Amino acid sequence: MARSSLFNRPFEIKRIPSFQSIALFTFVGLYGPIIILITYSFNSSASLGVFESFSFQWYITAWENEKVQEAAFRSLYLAATAATIATIAATMAALATTRTKKFRGMTLIFVIINQPLMIPEIVTAVALLVFFAMIKIATGYTGMLYLIIAHTAFCIPFAYLPIRARLESMDLTLETAGADLYATPWKTFQRITLPMIWPGIIAGYMLAFVISLDDVVISEFVKSAGQETLPTYMLGQLRRFITPETNAIATVNIAVSVILVSGFFLLTQRKK
Amino acid sequence: MTTNDEAIEIKNALKVYKGDTDVYALNDVSLMIKKNEFFTLLGPSGCGKTTLLRLIAGFEHPTSGTILLNKEDISLLPPNKRPVNTVFQNYALFPHMTVGGNIAFGLEMLGWSKSEVASAVDEMLELVKMQDLKNRRPAEISGGQQQRVALARALAPKPQVLLLDEPLSALDLKLRKQMQIELKRLQSETGITFVFVTHDQEEALTMSDRIAVMNEGKILQYGNPRDIYHHPENKFVANFIGDSNFLLADIQNGNAVLTDGTELKLSKENKQVSNGQKSILIRPEHVQMSKAKGSKKAFEGKISNIVYFGTDTHFHLELKTGDDFTIRKQNTPNEGTDFEIGAVVELTIDENAIQILND
Repeated sequence: MARSSLFNRPFEIKRIPSFQSIALFTFVGLYGPIIILITYSFNSSASLGVFESFSFQWYITAWENEKVQEAAFRSLYLAATAATIATIAATMAALATTRTKKFRGMTLIFVIINQPLMIPEIVTAVALLVFFAMIKIATGYTGMLYLIIAHTAFCIPFAYLPIRARLESMDLTLETAGADLYATPWKTFQRITLPMIWPGIIAGYMLAFVISLDDVVISEFVKSAGQETLPTYMLGQLRRFITPETNAIATVNIAVSVILVSGFFLLTQRKK
Repeated sequence: MTTNDEAIEIKNALKVYKGDTDVYALNDVSLMIKKNEFFTLLGPSGCGKTTLLRLIAGFEHPTSGTILLNKEDISLLPPNKRPVNTVFQNYALFPHMTVGGNIAFGLEMLGWSKSEVASAVDEMLELVKMQDLKNRRPAEISGGQQQRVALARALAPKPQVLLLDEPLSALDLKLRKQMQIELKRLQSETGITFVFVTHDQEEALTMSDRIAVMNEGKILQYGNPRDIYHHPENKFVANFIGDSNFLLADIQNGNAVLTDGTELKLSKENKQVSNGQKSILIRPEHVQMSKAKGSKKAFEGKISNIVYFGTDTHFHLELKTGDDFTIRKQNTPNEGTDFEIGAVVELTIDENAIQILND
């Protein structure tokens, strides 16, 4: 009896033995270290093992550290610039791949756009290092442009995917209706297409911003001397000695990412 | 007919979709639509009626042929340059704009001033009785209301021609009937030429001044509803509009001789038809039934089934020729069931009720 009732029930993943312990283990593995990191960022002592008392001391130290300020400002500037350029490029690419007739090589274009998702980051980083080194020798230019170009390139697919999803779910008849009601193609885009896909564009921008803000590998390889971003600064700090100051910076970083990614989900989940 | 009363003239329009096998969506279509008329393109799905509408709107361009609007060639103009508006099948209301914003859109694009737009929007809202919903979004109103907004939006710029692409197909029966009347009212109040696409023959008959019946990219016949119903030129038109009985007959000097030798008299105009084998059409409601008197020459049939419909009753007969034949008889309060299954009845047909078909 018991046996047959077991088989009669529909399959549910929850019934697999040890499902709960695996789930618990995964959550602890994912969030445990982060919770410890956040907790110790509020530790009043410099010890990494003993929590003495709650304080904002390390946040203040980090805030007053000129190097942190500089790196933070550079990271924000880089993320904002790269995300802006990437979002514009991604919008145009998404329009081109959804609003034109199917043509030969369309899949290839899709592959090219999403290249950064497929090639290991370290490979791209090494390639960019070599490529930009050649340009640096030839031109002598060592400014921010290298970082901006590199970040823009790997941000494009992250901006592209939500915009494309939005465009694909949009009823094309709306654009036809715009044209029928005397709107030129540009006006139709401005008044109908753009407002309709706007949530996708903002979502794409936020995702690109976070991806740029968090990047270590490519920044580390591409940056010129003295161009520390927040993640590369933290990496540099860790090489010498781990201080709760790094924990504090990381916690702020997490907060910013969580806010932006939550915003992304809200925008992409919301139904029309 | 004066030369001024054409709104649209289509000359030899051809629309071919290239592919493994070329698809002739429109195959040499010529058509004239008059000013201020309610013109319907009627046909089954895939007959080319929507393609023809899209060609008039400018969403697609003909492979060859010309489209004239008030004598002016508009074949290659983009849709935003044509004084023609469309009510789409799914309404295509802009979801991010209010009802008022939707109606104002076309006027703003035409460059009307703010005050002109505002008063025109109010006027249109009144015309479709939607004043209270001006600030709602399309998602917040019912399907029937969306339909009205779509109409108001398309009528607001006072187009020379209004195109309607099966706009009633998404509504339930009761609302559809209401909107049919509403559309007729709007057409006569605005005096705008309506070109209406539908696959519903009843809708076409009740609403149109003239109908064009289409199939496989061609116009088979066009004329007023009465002509199309009573004088269909071929089997497809007869079958598509109304119920039909088709019989094979040999035309001999003004008589139609059925395969069993029964002779039916033809009307004067049909006497011109040359002798030979033809299909004839008899509408089910144009036949009278009486008890058979047993005369040899009589046109007779045996009742095989009776279906009661409330307003009328359908009698399915088997003729002496072996053909199935349907008669529709209007029900009256005093009538009982005079005719029973298995009874042999004599049929009388007015000579005008027999239509000889071309194929």
